[in-house]
Order: sequence, then C-alpha cells, then structure tokens
Amino acid sequence: MDYLKLILLGFITLGAALASSWAHDLAYQLHALLLMFIAFGMFVWVLRNTDEPKAAPQDGVYTDGVIRAGVIATAFWGVAGFLVGTFIAFQLAFPELNFEWGQPFTNFGRLRPLHTSAVIFAFGGNALIATSFYVVQRTSAVKLWGGNTAWFVFWGYQLFIVLAATGYLLGATQSKEYAEPEWHVDIWLTIVWLAYLAVFLGTIFKRKERHIYVANWFFLSFIITVAMLHVVNNLSIPVSIWGSKSVQVFSGVQDAMTQWWYGHNAVGFFLTAGFLGMMYYFVPKQAGRPVYSYKLSIIHFWALIFLYIWAGPHHLHYTALPDWASTLGMVFSIILWMPSWGGMINGLMTLQGAWDKLRTDPIMRMFVLSLGFYGMSTFEGPMMSIRAVNSLSHYTDWTIGHVHSGALGWNGMITFACIYFLTPKLWGREKMHSESAINWHFWLATLGIVLYAASMWVTGIMEGLMWREVDDQGFLVNSFADTVSAKFPMYVVRGLGGLLFLSGALVMVWNMWMTIRGAEPATTSLPYATPAE
Amino acid sequence: MDTYSLLREIADSWVLLAMFCFFIGTAIWAFLPSQNRARYDASMIPMRDEPAIKTCSGTCENCASAKATFIGKGASHV
Repeated sequence: MDYLKLILLGFITLGAALASSWAHDLAYQLHALLLMFIAFGMFVWVLRNTDEPKAAPQDGVYTDGVIRAGVIATAFWGVAGFLVGTFIAFQLAFPELNFEWGQPFTNFGRLRPLHTSAVIFAFGGNALIATSFYVVQRTSAVKLWGGNTAWFVFWGYQLFIVLAATGYLLGATQSKEYAEPEWHVDIWLTIVWLAYLAVFLGTIFKRKERHIYVANWFFLSFIITVAMLHVVNNLSIPVSIWGSKSVQVFSGVQDAMTQWWYGHNAVGFFLTAGFLGMMYYFVPKQAGRPVYSYKLSIIHFWALIFLYIWAGPHHLHYTALPDWASTLGMVFSIILWMPSWGGMINGLMTLQGAWDKLRTDPIMRMFVLSLGFYGMSTFEGPMMSIRAVNSLSHYTDWTIGHVHSGALGWNGMITFACIYFLTPKLWGREKMHSESAINWHFWLATLGIVLYAASMWVTGIMEGLMWREVDDQGFLVNSFADTVSAKFPMYVVRGLGGLLFLSGALVMVWNMWMTIRGAEPATTSLPYATPAE
Repeated sequence: MDTYSLLREIADSWVLLAMFCFFIGTAIWAFLPSQNRARYDASMIPMRDEPAIKTCSGTCENCASAKATFIGKGASHV
C-alpha cells in the first residue's frame, strides 16, 4: 500500500512541476507549485514511515481528533473572514483604503469574494464538517467510517480554501457569486466532497441506533444537495488544461437561472439545512431535554427540502427570465415561511420548562438568539422576494443587511454556541475557561449585528427611494453619485458593527486558547460495548 | 412535440402530483399513532449518547442524573 502511495505521490509531484512550468497564468502557476510542494512533502513523509510498525487505531472510542482540528479551523477562518469583511466595509466608506501599492490584489473587487468565501465556506464549512462528524457519531453510537478518510476530508477542504482564496487575489474567478473558484479548484472540491459523503453515509450505515436521528437527515440533505448544486453550476470547459480560465457551458438567461438555482440553494442547504442539523442536536443537548416535537421536525425537514429548491428565481425579478419562473420562485419563497417558522418554534419550545437557563447559561442564550435571527431573516427573505418589494430592495444595501442578519445572527451565533459546547468536551475540561468572556462575546456580537442590520436597512431603503425619485417633468432627481455620498454615515456605522462582531470573535479565541492550553485531548468511549469484529 | 414541451407537460402534471402525494405521505407518516413509540425513541437518541451516569434519588438540582429522571418521566409531546 505504501509503495502504491509513493508511486502516486511521485507522479503528482512531477505533474505539478510540469504544470507550474507550462502555466498560462499566475494563479494556476501558484496552485501547481503549492500542489507540488504538498505532494513532495507527503512523499517524503510516507517514505520515512514505510515498513515501520504502525500505531494501531484506538478501538472503542469516538474519532474526535479530526473534530478538534475542525473546531480550531472554524475559529481561525472565522476571525480571518470577519477581519477581511470589516476591512472591506471600511473600504466602501473610505475608498483611500484601496491602497495604490496593493493594486490590483487588495482592491475591493478581489477582497469581496475572499470575504464571502472565507465566512461561508471556510468558517461555516469547517463548522459543518466538524459538527456533522461529531453528531453523526454520537447519534449513531459508532465511530466514523473510513478511518483516515475523515482526515483527508479535513485537509482536502483546507487546501480547497487556500486554493480558492489565493485564486481570487490573483484574479482567477469565473464571476459566479459564491461559486467563484475556477475549474481546477472545483474538481478538487468535488473529490473532497464525495469523500465527505462517503464518511458520513458509511457511519450512518453501520449505526447501532435503530433510527436515523433527524439532525443526520438535515446534514445528509446538505451534503447531497451541495454536491449536486456544485457540479451543475460549475459545468465549464477550460480554455487550456495549463491555465485557470474556463468557459461556462450555459449562457444567457439559462446561465443566470442555473447560477441562482445554485446561489439560493447554497443558502438553503449549506447555511440552513446543515445548520439546522446542528440545531436539532446541540439545542436539545444544551437544554438537557429532547426536542419539543419530533413529529414537527419530520415535517420541517420534508417541507424545507421540497420548497427550497424552487425559490431561486426570486433573485431574477425584472430580468430576461420568463415571468412564470420568477412568480414560481416568489410563491415558493413565501410558502417557505411555514416550515422555517415551524422549525424555529420547535427549537425555541425545546426550552419549555427550562427557560431559566436563559438567565444562567450564556451558551443557551446564544442558541436562542441564533434561532431568533433565523426566524427574523426567514421572515425578511420571503418578504423581499415579493416582486413589488423587490423592485425597491434589489441592488440596494438592504440585501446586504438581510444576508448579514442571517449569516452573523443565525449561522454565526449557532456556530459560536457549538464551539463553546464542543471545546471543553473535546479537551476534557468541565467548562470553558471564562463564563463572563462568553457573556462579553454574546453582547459584543449582538450589538455588532444590530448596528450592521439597522444601518443597512436605513441606507438600503434610502438608496432605493432615491433611485426611483422623479420630478414633475418625469426626470430622475438623483444621480448615482448622490446616493453614494448620502450613504457615507451608514457605511461608517456598518463598519463599526463589523468591528464589534470581530472583537467578540477575538474574545472567543482567547477563551478557547485558555481552555485548551495544557489540556489533554479527551477520549470518549462508545456507549455500547463493541464485540470484536 | 419537442423535448422541452414534453418534459414541461410531464413535470406540470404527474410529477407535480407525485411529489405532492409524497409530501402529504410524509406528513401522515410523521403523525401516525402507531409510530408514536418510534418518534419518542428517536427523539431520545441525543440523550443516550453519553456514558451512563450512576443514578441516585435524583433530588439534587444540578445533578446529571436528575436530567435522566426527567427523561424517564417522559415528555408528553414528542
């Protein structure tokens, strides 16, 4: 087996070296060099360990090492993503921050996809992978399937993040929102994602529990749907296999529709279904009681799956897309109110009989706030998808505010709460180092989101109204530059909100550091004694 | 008929009906009285995954086994 690995790694190193020499553009060259060094490093490592006695894998305990790495990676990428986000927020307020010396690498246009991908895919993605591995093991009462495949998923995903991020800075993008990475990075992600699916499904198949717990249904739908969305939306033909540029297979309105079918379901399945998987495990766990209604959770799941997939066209109101398609998207978006609020109520009511925890337990408070934001943004979203509202809100900062109340409030808060839940457990501590630091984080983040969302509502609606204002002769009153200068104060407030949110995350990192420092990795044994296999 | 119109016709009629029936089916299945026990059992999975704790009388307020007692008494609406 080791010899096979050596041959394979040798060929990859050679191929990457050739690719870096024949590369047509800088991004592709850097990626080839990166791959060459990684493959060579692994080659040396495998070589040095060949024919050495191998440490036997620990039996009878959960696979938690990869989850520990995932928790740390989540915090790291979170801070990186928030930092870039805060910086580009100030770039919008003060354009001088697009430094001359950094052109074109550090201008807003290149940093913006870096920010969105860092927070959604690096921070959110690592949180999803880590928590799904944790939850699927605990609710199946077996360890992860596939041994070291889980580590391949973890490191493969980090490599994807690095390739995507460096690609953006060097200008390799296919200009599809949230799907910017070029074809070679897309192919790598597909491989990693299929390995992820295999590990997750393999663990479910060998479960010791009779039922598949509802959190796993959500995680599974997230993994499968993201695989499908990713492959279809990234169908493209590279101009040359030695360059990063590619051409989309779809064109025109078909391409736009495919992109927003992808884009909206990335929200629906990556940022909603996956995080609901977290909710259905960690909220009951933290509250110390089972979910309010398991039956409601089944309805929640199927309704979400059936409805979300149709909602994409609401991103394309008043475009070349046929009216019937955008009406369909709008109607399904509005129906989505129901399961979203059903799910929120299900999560909140889990606290029935334990509401006092809101006062005493800051982690529980974070969970409840995140559910509150889930409810709020799933109310706001359908409203904005209505054609008449959309004609005011589209292309304005209202959209940005909506996205951030969902992403910072719902995804951010639930992830922070999960990190606070997992860190002491995974490192064998009774609780986090500092309870009051969790409280500080809670209030800093909450205040940051409030400043962010409020300033974006004001500026978005103002901007929308200014754009459509006409005088009694029928001429537009405002030029575009007028709206830009009117938005300045709100942009500064938004930047300050980002600063508060970022400092909350830094408090969390300090707290994690103090908790983990000097601790031994904890091992948790499987609940049922496993007979020798 | 061209492929697009044919697929549109199938999608708008039978496929739509089939998906709708499947969805109603899941809703009925979720609330089927005979499945009550299974629903309850499944909802308890997260409460089972930690090593068993020795139970006492369950009187101490912050004791983990008090949690177990609560679960034993059973939530009515699962």
